[in-house]
Amino acid sequence: MGANFVRAMHEQISKSQRRGLRRRAEDVDDSGREAVPESAAPAPRMPASKPVVEFRGVHMSYPGGTTALDGATFAVERGEFVFLVGQTGSGKSTIMRLLTKEIDATSGTVRVAGRDLAGIDRKKVPYYRRNVGVVFQDFKLLPNRTVYDNVAYALLVTGHSRKEIRRRVPDILRLTGLATKLHSYPDQLSGGEQQRVSIARAFVNHPPLLLADEPTGNLDPETSIGIMQLLYRINRTGSTVLVATHDHAMVDRMRRRVIELESGRIVRDEATGLYTRDENTREFAARMRGDFPAGPEL
Amino acid sequence: MESVSFFVREALRTLRRNAMPSFAAMVAVLVTMLVLGVFIPIVQAANGAANSVRGRVLVDVYLTTGATPADVQGVRTKLDGVSGVGKVEFVSKAKAYATESKRDPEAYALLGSNPLPDTFRVTPKNPDDLTKLKDSLLQVKAGDPRIDSIRDRRDDTSKILQATKFVKITVGVLAALLIAASVLLVANTIRLSLFSRRREVEVMKLVGATDPFIRWPFVVEGLIVGTVGSLGAVAILGFAKVALLDPLANDFALIAAPRTLSFPLLVLILLGAGAAVSALGSVASLRRYLRV
Repeated sequence: MGANFVRAMHEQISKSQRRGLRRRAEDVDDSGREAVPESAAPAPRMPASKPVVEFRGVHMSYPGGTTALDGATFAVERGEFVFLVGQTGSGKSTIMRLLTKEIDATSGTVRVAGRDLAGIDRKKVPYYRRNVGVVFQDFKLLPNRTVYDNVAYALLVTGHSRKEIRRRVPDILRLTGLATKLHSYPDQLSGGEQQRVSIARAFVNHPPLLLADEPTGNLDPETSIGIMQLLYRINRTGSTVLVATHDHAMVDRMRRRVIELESGRIVRDEATGLYTRDENTREFAARMRGDFPAGPEL
Repeated sequence: MESVSFFVREALRTLRRNAMPSFAAMVAVLVTMLVLGVFIPIVQAANGAANSVRGRVLVDVYLTTGATPADVQGVRTKLDGVSGVGKVEFVSKAKAYATESKRDPEAYALLGSNPLPDTFRVTPKNPDDLTKLKDSLLQVKAGDPRIDSIRDRRDDTSKILQATKFVKITVGVLAALLIAASVLLVANTIRLSLFSRRREVEVMKLVGATDPFIRWPFVVEGLIVGTVGSLGAVAILGFAKVALLDPLANDFALIAAPRTLSFPLLVLILLGAGAAVSALGSVASLRRYLRV
């Protein structure tokens, strides 16, 4: 049952997503920047049938009585790029943990691709998680394995064949700009590079949903822009991306949908107001760096 | 197939990383298996001895020295009628003299004449009913002047039975303690490797590895510890057998005792026990400390 659901979820998105991904991967040279300017190809944004993520009146209290979420209701459509902002303890991470089904909501429903997470059997949770990529502030890389092996590990432990791993890992490392770091160990990489590895690992299965919990929390602003650029690129391949952050400057520049939380309540949900037109990743990066402050808004 | 090689590689990697505790657990398994390997044959030999003694449980009915063949026939008929009697064997004076004098020719040569009475050896149907049988035979004796005395050999047999029982209990307790220690040490090793692999476990959960996939490397690790430990014990036992026991077996009948199991079978038992002990230890630790 769970496996079917997972397959369906994949099929909805994977085709166009993979096509986009492959094309984009070819455009990227080792530095992580595009070698050839892209045409303004619209991101594959399909007609919204079911939201990818749907929270309806979700309450979450941890044992001990702390209320982490208090009636959170929102929906994220396929292909959206959404920021979750708010102070520490406002419930961002709780939303992330609910979405990976690490914890279950006290009340209310959490749906992913139309499927109620409460209805997923414990044994099927791993199969569900294969469709959700997760990126953390502390990278969670394996220190005694190379970059290649770190990414390959994710495929290995989900039962992929060696052949498949050999085919997929170089692809994803090229996409994330790590093609020259294949045999480096995490402690030989900069913070930004480590985060790229962790994004590569999260995305190597091409999950339809990518969660990033404070992905730039440990990084300097310039490196952060690189990471955001990478997340944006992934978003443009069709994956829905949810980023929790407290980096307001970054959020303001990105001009994407923002959901703000304050002690477990959603206090702001600016959906499309600040949306910019579709831009390619280089334009995106230029705007992020503030090269043309007005931004190419339409 | 690839999964299996993954489990083995991961297990070996952790074993290398936790060399000391793994080694300790291995040695514990080795010692346990060594003790089992030594005592299983010993217990078996003791058991064999006890059983042969038990088979010899019988009551001797001695007739008076002047008993005629007619008396013998009469007593035999009587004995056959007693309840609980399994087998009645007649040992004539002459026959008893022949066997006894063979055992100690000089003493019997000195005696000159045959002092031995005619004897019936009565075996009970059930060895445990010896006392009952003796009682009923004593009743028979009371009304029959032809019977001189009735004796059983309970003292000898009960001593031997007691000794084997003692050996068995001691070995049982020792084995139980050693097995418990091995299980705990293996469990501890697995717990440590759980700790050293917690990042891997976290990542595996994160990317959606199934629970069995997360658990198997630890079980394989435990199995490796157990198997290597038992193999070490088997090697030592094999060496001891070839170098010490086999040369001695020609001189000491007890070592060559029959009814102990063959060496290959013992090896199989030890390997199986080693694997079982380590699997038990791994599972105990995983249950307790790995929440997947």
